[in-house]
Amino acid sequence: MTDQAQVIPASGPAIGMEAPPRPQVVPVKGLPIVAILVVALVICIAEDWRWGLDFFHVAGGALWTSIDLFVGLAIGPILGRLSIPARAEFSARFMPKMVLIMPTVVLLTLAAGFQLALKLHNLDASSPNHTWLLASFVIVGVMAVIALGVLEPANIAVLFEMRKPQPNGEIIGKLMRRFVYTAGILGVMQIATVVIMTRVATQ
Amino acid sequence: MTAPVESQPTESLSRRLPPVAELTVASLVLVVVGGIFMASYFPRRPPLAVPISLFIASGILVVVGMVMLSQVHDFAWQTFTLVGRWALLAYVLQAGMIEYAFVRNHASGAPLVVVTLLLLLFAVDPPLIISFTVARYQST
Repeated sequence: MTDQAQVIPASGPAIGMEAPPRPQVVPVKGLPIVAILVVALVICIAEDWRWGLDFFHVAGGALWTSIDLFVGLAIGPILGRLSIPARAEFSARFMPKMVLIMPTVVLLTLAAGFQLALKLHNLDASSPNHTWLLASFVIVGVMAVIALGVLEPANIAVLFEMRKPQPNGEIIGKLMRRFVYTAGILGVMQIATVVIMTRVATQ
Repeated sequence: MTAPVESQPTESLSRRLPPVAELTVASLVLVVVGGIFMASYFPRRPPLAVPISLFIASGILVVVGMVMLSQVHDFAWQTFTLVGRWALLAYVLQAGMIEYAFVRNHASGAPLVVVTLLLLLFAVDPPLIISFTVARYQST
């Protein structure tokens, strides 16, 4: 992470940098897919359908963890070492997808997981999993604050900056540094989530 | 594709604005703590003094942030409103989903009211942070 901070210039706009393609902040084509998934989740919760709840929690959780780990520990450090023009061009294509994918995956995982925990009585104070679930709540809470309070605003601000006729390299660099650091922290925290969830599943 | 990235001085980076994002993140922290507290007791009835206190403190932080922001001149209000509106829609849907999960599992009475109030702030905080972060770098 220290290397990334050194690579990104602390000041000075990227003069003469080529503007990346003007990104769409929210990929509208993906919205129907999100709507279908959310409706399916509502049906699963309403019907208390165990298979569906398991599917959304396991598949959503696997995606969430994998994406956070991969973005935080693989893509992030690579992104931090790219030049600002290369980073801007990559982000213009990558970030709109993240704007749609991550909130959806998180919503599916958490809502299905909460319903499953109630259904399986894992939230009961007498359950051996109760303390583990509280620990996972705390971890998810910290991750939510980092993601909603720092990462996502930076992500969307980068997209808006890149939609300008002349994007400012310094602003993009500053916001991307925020993205790279927070993605790294989230990736590491996901390891704790995996440890807790595998423990809960086998207890 | 070929337009050069701006080479003018970055006023928006050096400009001092009230700590709206910091206050709202602090508000979000309190809401999340309140939510975890409520969820950790569910389906039992939790003691409500702690989450109500967290809600009040969180609400005060948001209101202070909004008041401070309202006194800023030369701010990209149009962008702030545009982004805030869409982000609010997204987070109202998310909060609605969480509310539904509680209602579906027979939450009722005062605990449900407290959950709803916390979710109200949960729906407001991220859009405020996002729209402020975006608007601060936009020209008026």
